[in-house]
Amino acid sequence: MDTTTYIKEQFDQLQSADSGSQLSAKRQDAFTAFSNWGIPTTRHEEWKYTRIGSFFNKSFEIGASKSISIDAYRLPGHETANELVFINGQYSAELSSIRSKELTVISLEEALQNEYADIANKHFNHSASYLKDGINALNTAFVTKGAVFAAVKKGKIVSHPVYIYNITDGQVLALPRTLVHLGENAQIQIVETFASVSKSESLTNQVMEIVVEKDAILEYCKIQNENEHANQVSTTHIRQTGKSLVNAVTISLNGGIVRNNTNVVMEASYCEAHLYGLYFPKGNTLIDNHTVVDNVEPHCFSNELYKGMLDENGTGVFNGKIFVRQPAQKTNAFQSNKNVLLSDAASVNTKPQLEIFADDVKCSHGCTVGKLDEEGLFYLQSRGVPEKTAKAMLLHGFAGDILEKIKLAPIRAYVDQLIADRLEFEIA
Amino acid sequence: MKTEIEKPARPIHDSEDYLEQAIQAEYKYGFVTNIEADEAPKGLNENIIRFISEKKNEPAWMLDWRLKAFTHWQKMKEPAWANIQYDPIDYQDIKYYSAPKQKVKPKSLDEIDPELRRTFEKLGISLDEQKRLSGVAVDAVVDSVSIGTTFKAQLAELGIIFCSISEAIQEHPELIKEYLSSVVPITDNYFSALNAAVFTDGSFVYIPKGVRCPMELSTYFRINAENTGQFERTLIIADEGSYVSYLEGCTAPMRDENQLHAAVVELIAMKDAEIKYSTVQNWYPGDKNGNGGIYNFVTKRGICKGDNSKISWTQVETGSAITWKYPSVILKGDNSVGEFYSVAVTNNYQQADTGTKMMHLGKNTKSRIVSKGISAGFSNNSYRGLVQVNKNATNARNFSQCDSLLLGDKCGAHTFPYIEVKNNSSVVEHEATTSKIGEDQLFYCNQRGMDTETAVALIINGFAKEVMNQLPMEFAVEAQKLLAISLEGSVG
Repeated sequence: MDTTTYIKEQFDQLQSADSGSQLSAKRQDAFTAFSNWGIPTTRHEEWKYTRIGSFFNKSFEIGASKSISIDAYRLPGHETANELVFINGQYSAELSSIRSKELTVISLEEALQNEYADIANKHFNHSASYLKDGINALNTAFVTKGAVFAAVKKGKIVSHPVYIYNITDGQVLALPRTLVHLGENAQIQIVETFASVSKSESLTNQVMEIVVEKDAILEYCKIQNENEHANQVSTTHIRQTGKSLVNAVTISLNGGIVRNNTNVVMEASYCEAHLYGLYFPKGNTLIDNHTVVDNVEPHCFSNELYKGMLDENGTGVFNGKIFVRQPAQKTNAFQSNKNVLLSDAASVNTKPQLEIFADDVKCSHGCTVGKLDEEGLFYLQSRGVPEKTAKAMLLHGFAGDILEKIKLAPIRAYVDQLIADRLEFEIA
Repeated sequence: MKTEIEKPARPIHDSEDYLEQAIQAEYKYGFVTNIEADEAPKGLNENIIRFISEKKNEPAWMLDWRLKAFTHWQKMKEPAWANIQYDPIDYQDIKYYSAPKQKVKPKSLDEIDPELRRTFEKLGISLDEQKRLSGVAVDAVVDSVSIGTTFKAQLAELGIIFCSISEAIQEHPELIKEYLSSVVPITDNYFSALNAAVFTDGSFVYIPKGVRCPMELSTYFRINAENTGQFERTLIIADEGSYVSYLEGCTAPMRDENQLHAAVVELIAMKDAEIKYSTVQNWYPGDKNGNGGIYNFVTKRGICKGDNSKISWTQVETGSAITWKYPSVILKGDNSVGEFYSVAVTNNYQQADTGTKMMHLGKNTKSRIVSKGISAGFSNNSYRGLVQVNKNATNARNFSQCDSLLLGDKCGAHTFPYIEVKNNSSVVEHEATTSKIGEDQLFYCNQRGMDTETAVALIINGFAKEVMNQLPMEFAVEAQKLLAISLEGSVG
């Protein structure tokens, strides 16, 4: 049986088993959208360079939560962190630990009925208006009790960072879903990572929506360093509903096909957002970063820097969109994408895109593709540094621009080490 | 005694006034020439294609070629990916053939309908004047057919063939058979397939080996008749070591309905050859409410077939309600060079989606893209470009720059650059900026005693200068005037 038929069956089962749920109608709408749009092919502009259709010819199972040991996948500093664990797309309360009292973590279904009902109803599935393809709809079509709602109340600062693990076990299609709400003047640090227990092929189609209210600060970091059988479509949809600050760093080192949708919608004046990304594929890995910065109101600032180092047969895709709507005067929006091709078989497809409807703005984008700076290499070699080390030093420096944007020290050191290992380079 | 402060004769303009003025600037080529035309009935079917082919007295292979294109076109869908909006085009409501009626085929330029000659005088390209003074050889195309080519004899002495494409089909079928649709296949896209099926005329140029064409070659296109579409086809072949500079200009009368223009231009540069192709496109852009205007769907592509060849596109796009145009270069020969310089101006409700494609196939190939977009009024101006470096194109080099200037807060500027690199010895750079005219720049000019209008003209001219410098003299003056008409002082 192909996965599309299977998905339909699973959906029908889910709907009949859980028909009384608040989520039922939302799922039905999303499933209709999914059926209409289907799985995007490379004829879909947003999926021009990334083929995911083949996953849906395989027999993936829509995963159920399992109890496994997650010790092997824990990030440094987890002893003092809040940990949210998703196994095969379902939230596992027993594996997770919430250490900060400022942080509320409940199931999305519950949130739709209790004191958070207004917030949850208002903000859930906003990403659908930006991602008009079957993939995003598919996630929403399978929102279950395993979807999470996390909230930080007005004025609260979450004392410990929040680590989110998306773990798959077996040949599964995992569909984790999270909605995070940051109240006025609240602060949170989120680190998200992916891991798989087995070497069987899997696809994680994850959606996280984050709402950032007035004066709130969001620090977000995503780390992807999986084996070549693990594939991801990871959507991070951030809405700045008040004057607020967002810092997002995406580090993609390895995996099969890795697709990130990072959206920032600036719905209020004086919002500020910084998006950083580093992709370093090797083998046959494809890493695709799609970003959207949508400026709706005036006086916003955004800065985007994505850097790629492409090794072996690795492929990099970057598509950065900046929208400046007509009322969004005095917008400053900058974007830069820099790529180094390390092997003759590596390739990169990049498309920095500006769509501007306001005149009093300063917007720019820049993009480069090239090889390592020969003069720099020569300089180091003339000082007696062996070629291999010289290359590693230059690349480490190239990546450093992004690494230094990770605010959490243990995480920064961890990622730095991952990169140094890849470069076979010793950090001084 | 009381002294009255004298009021300035002209009120000091504020930005709104300027914008108003710019919007109301009239299209000065919008007249209609009353000449009898020989037309085909409206509609598109096999019979119309047979009719056109028969009218042109074409050989059978040409008709087959057209029919093949038509069959393919019927299977195709109109592309919807461009950043433009328009009401669907009714392809059955267009006349596909319209020719100024002439009793006999003119033997010399003096025999051309005097009314028609006056049209060209109004456009500033009096055929005999051109002949005597400027030394620019002109091929003029009205509606569907070429009505006269100047300087033919002089060019023939050097072995240069410069004639209408219909004539070339008759006189040089071997060249046409070999090169027509070799760069833009009939199946390439919707509009190129349509063009292949119904094209009625255009220009043909062949520059023999080692010849440097001593003068600028030029074509003027004009849509005159109502309800017609213009489908012209241009083919330029520069043989080994030759050089040619080719200019193209376009105008149309003011009409309320939209007219379709779907042209195909193919350039072929052999080893060591160079082709420079310049366009000043000033089709009727529609009125200030966005009624009427030309739909300009053009496929232009050149191939640097031999080593060390060069193709350079320069365009100034100020007209048309819709511009859909991507002059491209296939860099096949080693060390070949492709260039694209563009200024696209949109005002009122104009929409432009234009840019280029540079396909690097050969080694050490270089390309350079400079695109300047200026939007005003309610218009939308998009740059869409592709730089593709294939695996074997080692040491390829590209530099692209796209700048957009926004005049007014109701218009839009968009950039869609696609960059695809498949080897690691190439270097590709792209940069783009969008902004309005700096208040500090304006202030500086004002403070030196320059009024805002002059200051804006100065700044815009500076903004577009890099591209304007690429235009041949004959066009540079016209293009600068056009820019001034379209945008004078529309920012404050």
